[in-house]
Amino acid sequence: MLTAEEKKLICRFWDKVPQKDVFGAEALYRMFITYPQTKTYFPHFDLHHGSDQIRSHGKKVVTALDNAVKCLDNLGQALSELSSLHAYNLRVDPPRFALQLLSQCFQVVLAVHLGTEYTPEVHAAFDKFLSAVAAVLAEKYR
Amino acid sequence: MVHWTAEEKQLITSVWSKVNVEECGAEALARLLIVYPWTQRFFDNFGNLSSPTAIVGNPKVRAHGKKVLTSFGEGVKNLDNIKATYAKLSELHCEKLHVDPENFRLLGDILIIVLAAHFTKDFTPACQATWQKLVGVVAHALAYKYH
Repeated sequence: MLTAEEKKLICRFWDKVPQKDVFGAEALYRMFITYPQTKTYFPHFDLHHGSDQIRSHGKKVVTALDNAVKCLDNLGQALSELSSLHAYNLRVDPPRFALQLLSQCFQVVLAVHLGTEYTPEVHAAFDKFLSAVAAVLAEKYR
Repeated sequence: MVHWTAEEKQLITSVWSKVNVEECGAEALARLLIVYPWTQRFFDNFGNLSSPTAIVGNPKVRAHGKKVLTSFGEGVKNLDNIKATYAKLSELHCEKLHVDPENFRLLGDILIIVLAAHFTKDFTPACQATWQKLVGVVAHALAYKYH
């Protein structure tokens, strides 16, 4: 459960992220090279650094997260369509595990951009937020 | 035995040479206790862990963080023999401390984030991939005696 303070931190620091679409692509690329098993979900993609497909998919993911940040009080509703997509079409398996890997990469990119501003409190808030997003996306699996 | 490419070994040693073990260890352990509060159960005798500020300033947390990361450094010095390096610690964590091995993975992930915040742009994707592999190998070695 996100506290009021954590919600404030998330909104504040999410706004500090520069060039959000590049940020999304960076997280995805890091996920592919750190956890090669995640490439299996993108057999049709050019997975080289800076590829157009990673860029455009990164932008999609960040747009969804942006929407989630605006609806912290109702993540279930904000992510409902994506939840169905991940459960019935994409079937990213195992559900929480693979999404955890992407969450780790998002946090690394946040830390790279924010440096010392990524304090323990900000870190905890984002870790909880990304876990909550992953949980909603995994909700309809069975 | 884990295979490390020459590039991976270079990325590990070059990053490690710039790490302040005391600061980084304290930071990593504090963050573990803050981000995953249930881990505080292993540190009942550490005194005040009531808030992030208390945890970050707690001298026992700092000292223990330094100890943990110093031990991590042993793995860095013995990349080709990590399992043996942590054999005794694995027994200790399993048989005496009763730490769920999942916590080793959590601490590893936190260490990566601490390094990323410290090195920022220099913590490249290749660096991250290599270091995630390293923390995974260390976590695995620590969990070894559990089986």
